[in-house]
Amino acid sequence: MRATALRTLRSTTSSSITCNPARAFSISVPRSFAQPTDGAPPAGKAPQIKEFKIYRWNPDTPAEKPKLQSYKVDLSQCGPMMLDALIKIKNELDPTLTFRRSCREGICGSCAMNIDGVNTLACLCRIEKDASKPSKVYPLPHMYIVKDLVPDLTLFYKQYKSIEPFLKNDNPPAKGEFLQTQEERKKLDGMYECILCACCSTSCPSYWWNADQYLGPAVLMQAYRWMADSRDSYGAQRKEKMQNSMSLYRCHTIFNCSRTCPKGLNPALAISKMKYEMALDK
Amino acid sequence: MVGQIMTRRTASVLSTGTLPTLRTSSPGLLLAHRAIRFASTQPVSGPEEIGILNHQREKRPMSPHLAIYQPQLTWILSIANRGTGVALSSLLYAGALSYLFHPLVPAIDSAHLIQLVHDLPVWFKGTLKLPIAVAFTFHTFNGIRHLAWDVGKGLTLKGVYQGGYAVLAATAISSIYLAFFV
Repeated sequence: MRATALRTLRSTTSSSITCNPARAFSISVPRSFAQPTDGAPPAGKAPQIKEFKIYRWNPDTPAEKPKLQSYKVDLSQCGPMMLDALIKIKNELDPTLTFRRSCREGICGSCAMNIDGVNTLACLCRIEKDASKPSKVYPLPHMYIVKDLVPDLTLFYKQYKSIEPFLKNDNPPAKGEFLQTQEERKKLDGMYECILCACCSTSCPSYWWNADQYLGPAVLMQAYRWMADSRDSYGAQRKEKMQNSMSLYRCHTIFNCSRTCPKGLNPALAISKMKYEMALDK
Repeated sequence: MVGQIMTRRTASVLSTGTLPTLRTSSPGLLLAHRAIRFASTQPVSGPEEIGILNHQREKRPMSPHLAIYQPQLTWILSIANRGTGVALSSLLYAGALSYLFHPLVPAIDSAHLIQLVHDLPVWFKGTLKLPIAVAFTFHTFNGIRHLAWDVGKGLTLKGVYQGGYAVLAATAISSIYLAFFV
């Protein structure tokens, strides 16, 4: 009730501000919104229309086949990233377009999708300036679709849960915290930064064909992250769980994972280290 | 949310006497907002909920994968390694097993085969040998690349690309040599 009243107040002030530009103090929220300019580009900028072809599927009409829907966006009135274009389309062209997004700066991993054939985060992916070529946007490959660009990540999270991604140690130090040398801490660099966006796992052909049993690069890198942690005392048991033909060894070092990682990490290296240590029974 | 949007709109209309500029550039959007306004939700029980979910999941599609993924050296060489391996072993098995038919077809023995190949024109032999040589050399060199990975060498993106191009170059040179100069 109070929020509604406040909003009413804000909109009233915003309209009075537009009438009276001399007023110095502004608490206007709507004024800070992007305002549609009725198709006219900002001064000094030529309109640059680019076509975006976006994968659509609606669970309310499940019998309809998924299709690519085309949207035309003027790049001169749009931010530089793919996520800006998607938000612009959703705001101004088609509010039914559905996708996940949150932080818009590559740290939450929500907007992972396949853009022009490569898995990446929409917020870190620049729009290809060449307006003659349409950009194609698909959801993460070989995943069940919830709606449009939203894949079902249930299995991915279950797999992550299955590797017990937390510190396990039966003999914690009697006093104070676990201590690590700088070298021991360094082993975790390049692994702890993973944001679990699932770009790498869904770029892996092995994961496409065997997702039900193969854990996939993102989860395997996290599995190794806990094996490599000097504070964890369950390394042997963690490795034992990988001793079967499917969980780990479906990795054929294809390297799509490291090629596509939007954070520049190297899951293939972590998996190879795990295989190496397991082969030497370290 | 819907209520808030409506309130804002009503308030603006009241204060300015015209339609607000915010989000009204497209008539479709007005319609969409109206559609949201009239949409209603109804409570469903647990089992019903699962029923609806299962019904949706029955028909949900799988997102496209191989057909839309960008061709990259990484996975192209990987599938090529698999393909050449399968082709080479099939050829080996087929060639070896064909000798079993010697009692039925006496022409299948080494002497006849050597004579047959000897009599073929060079261009024909070359074109026949080239794909076999490509498969053989590629699989061999890529196998070495895999062995390097297994001991932890070249496991960076740069290393993988350098190794990949090196394998392709070595394959091209050695297979042309094997097909036409041996």
